[in-house]
Amino acid sequence: MTTSKIITINGRELTFENDETILEVARRNGIEIPTLCHLKGTQPTGACRICVVEVEGARNLMPACCTPAADKMVVRTESPQVVAARRLIIQLMLASGNHNCAIRGSDNQDWTAFQLKVQEEDGSSDLCPVWGDCRLQDLAYRYQVSGERFDATVNRYPIEDVNPFIVRDFSRCILCGRCVQACCEVQVNNAISFGYRGPFSKIIAAGDRPLKDSDCVFCGECVQVCPVGALVEKEARYRVRPWETGKVRTTCTYCGVGCQILLHVKDGKVVKVTGVPDSPPNHGSLCVKGRFGFDFINSEKRLTKPLIKENGKFREADWDEALDLVAGRFREIVEKNGSESVGVLTSARVTNEENYIANKFARAVLKTNNIDHCARL
Amino acid sequence: MTNTIADIEEADVILVTGSNTTENHPVLSAFVKRAVKFKGAKLIVVDPRRIKLTQFADLWLRPNLGTDVAWINGMMNVIINEGLLDEDFVDRRTEGFEALRKVVEKYDPEFVEGITGIPAEALRAAARLYGKAGAASILYCMGITQHTTGTDNVKSLANLAMLTGNLGRPGTGVNPLRGQNNVQGACDMGGLPNVFSGYQPVTDLAVVKKMEDAWGVSGIPTKPGLTVTKMIPMAHEGRLKALYIMGENPLVSDPDLNHAEKSIKNLDFLVVQDIFLTETAQLADVVLPSTCFAEKDGTFSNTERRVQRVRKALEPPGESMEDWKIICSVATRMGYEMKYPDSEAIFNEIARVTPSYAGLSYARIEKEGLHWPCPSAEHPGTPILHTQQFARGRGLFHAIEWIPPSEQTDDEYPMYLTTGRILYQYHTGTMTMKTGGLNFKAPEAFVEISAADAARYRLADGDMVRVSSRRGEIVARVKVSSKAVDGTIFIPFHFARAAANRLTNAALDPVSGIPEYKVCAVRISKAA
Ligand code: SF4
Ligand code: SF4
Ligand code: SF4
Ligand code: FES
Repeated sequence: MTTSKIITINGRELTFENDETILEVARRNGIEIPTLCHLKGTQPTGACRICVVEVEGARNLMPACCTPAADKMVVRTESPQVVAARRLIIQLMLASGNHNCAIRGSDNQDWTAFQLKVQEEDGSSDLCPVWGDCRLQDLAYRYQVSGERFDATVNRYPIEDVNPFIVRDFSRCILCGRCVQACCEVQVNNAISFGYRGPFSKIIAAGDRPLKDSDCVFCGECVQVCPVGALVEKEARYRVRPWETGKVRTTCTYCGVGCQILLHVKDGKVVKVTGVPDSPPNHGSLCVKGRFGFDFINSEKRLTKPLIKENGKFREADWDEALDLVAGRFREIVEKNGSESVGVLTSARVTNEENYIANKFARAVLKTNNIDHCARL
Repeated sequence: MTNTIADIEEADVILVTGSNTTENHPVLSAFVKRAVKFKGAKLIVVDPRRIKLTQFADLWLRPNLGTDVAWINGMMNVIINEGLLDEDFVDRRTEGFEALRKVVEKYDPEFVEGITGIPAEALRAAARLYGKAGAASILYCMGITQHTTGTDNVKSLANLAMLTGNLGRPGTGVNPLRGQNNVQGACDMGGLPNVFSGYQPVTDLAVVKKMEDAWGVSGIPTKPGLTVTKMIPMAHEGRLKALYIMGENPLVSDPDLNHAEKSIKNLDFLVVQDIFLTETAQLADVVLPSTCFAEKDGTFSNTERRVQRVRKALEPPGESMEDWKIICSVATRMGYEMKYPDSEAIFNEIARVTPSYAGLSYARIEKEGLHWPCPSAEHPGTPILHTQQFARGRGLFHAIEWIPPSEQTDDEYPMYLTTGRILYQYHTGTMTMKTGGLNFKAPEAFVEISAADAARYRLADGDMVRVSSRRGEIVARVKVSSKAVDGTIFIPFHFARAAANRLTNAALDPVSGIPEYKVCAVRISKAA
């Protein structure tokens, strides 16, 4: 008989696997411990320390995301000491940059001055671009802290908005390092890393150049994992707020990997695409085409009416006329020249159902096996 | 793919050939890179270009264009001679080994070096690495298939996997990466001249009878039809009169475009159904506006045979309609009523007539797609193929001799051209070229050339260069790149304005009908 090892979290006795961390055991059992820097599938770094918990007998609070569970360990995840530590961390983070959401608080004298400064740096009169969709803001609510305890630190680095697709705003970066892990351990593009030291710390690409001049391939994995407003999709920045969009899960239309995506829809338009986390085949990852190549959907060049060519020029037609013409001409040609004289090219870009219908149309209606698609080309 | 995408991370050795994975299947390439960096897998890349993945590779073999059968035979030669084959697997699961052994006998690494340019020692190292692996996975793409010997190339890779028992287990397999998102589905659904859905042959009378009964018709022909690459010349000869093209743009993607263009113009009647007025649609007699993936319900089957849902998120623009609805209306007007309430009803019919999809339904794939074959409602799907046996029972070795590509360089056309895709554009660009950021990263065609060749032709980065083949000529910008190797240039085919396919050779693989996009002979000169 194996004697199972037991960890006690918030008074509950729980069994665990050998290499599980405190965080993993807790999450598996529905005990929520907040995290910021922790990124599933990567090596924990312990950078943010928001996940600290009290471990009986330990001198200091321990980060749950990188402390292995141990037999007879007794853990408290929301003790007064833990809560105090988390509040301090959040306050420091809020003071560390342009976190101008409502959390900033408005009791102090400097509210107006602070907002004006941030709005000038942002070139926007709005609150933070990810206001309402920010893990730091969520935590500040949860622990009831505002950003006023410490003076706002100066913003050392200007916004980088010269890239296609991605705006990097270091004034809102909390240096959690998730983007670096996403880039180097998930996508393995190795485009970004930590640069400089101490208060000058910054996430850099190619010796501190804009992303567009680095190895970055604009997969946007870093944007998807950034917990705050430091990395934001260029087209969605300020324009799209999460509560204004509906989200529809579907499959990417580009390559054969078949990544699962969420289309974020606002006013009948796709305004943003994200990967579906925790689901095969892509587990949240996407590439530049799948994440950012959606403008064609709303393009003005889309065909909206049937066209019939007359004297070498197209004119618009209604469906009845166009369909009758197609059906009539195909019937004629088949009657006159036989079924081998017609063919159908179906497509690797339409659905299975549509390919099946094309196959049925060719074989059952046109009575030809002249059907193929261009996808091997 | 015989195995799944996730399975790549289970492999001890990964052999990638003819696939520029990081650009064409970026998310899948992350599985390869993670396996190498964090799971200790060894990577062998066999590719004529110094693609990004070579930076992750333990071994990069650089074959001359069109010499794949030779290096694969060479690897098998070493594996057999050094006793690295899986004798048990060969005995129990395969047949035809003797014939294979005889053919590969002469492909010793020194002989192969003469054909492929791969140093004998490097080939030996690759053979040993692959041959000794507990689980080895092969990933390949169009760099293998788009040759006159494409079918031979694919069979040779299957030989290599069978010889070493690298099939039917996690981390193994022969895994083709599908270029477009629903190539797998287009093939699965009978979008091919020789099979109905689920690869049921049109030559099998029982199958034809079954389909006729299901569809309530008679007289379905039992002879395979024409592949697209044969339809085009038939149009040229005036024997193909009418073509119904749905969502394809052959006037950028076809080989030897000048010829393809003439052929299509020669049709009596052309219907193009698309979301844009593509190069091909402009030649049509009737253009029918269809909807894009975000505007319809349905399913796609990805490269690992996973059938996944497509869901409608938007109303289609103007009067555009789903492709299936348009075709159903045409069929109905031709006197055969086709009516379905929705895409799910079509899917249910697919399941009824297609054994490999029989157990699938929208309800079952609501949350997560399933891998076909899935023959019954209780069947969990098949992530890994051939675990117990092959479709035909025993796996058949094909003894294959190397034959050279159909076009060779000569004094007049001294350089090789190979074509392909790039990260920021997709196929003929009708979709990706609508996104500013993608065009910013990849605005136009380019001619990728090695520094030595550039110097030889006095070309500098950014110069315009004229590239001519026996079939046509284009002008594009020079990109001197470390990816290129001497003697071979690369041009992406996405761009209609400098369409690489004006140059390519329409010589076909006799079995698959796939043209030799990956090799042709060209000459280059600085454009004024
Ligand atoms: S940019 Fe975002 S993800 Fe990266 S370190 Fe800063 S806050 Fe974290
Ligand atoms: S977009 Fe992708 S490649 Fe670029 S920095 Fe972010 S994770 Fe790295
Ligand atoms: S997101 Fe990229 S890798 Fe994924 S399916 Fe789309 S094109 Fe392929
Ligand atoms: S989440 Fe544990 S240290 Fe950041």
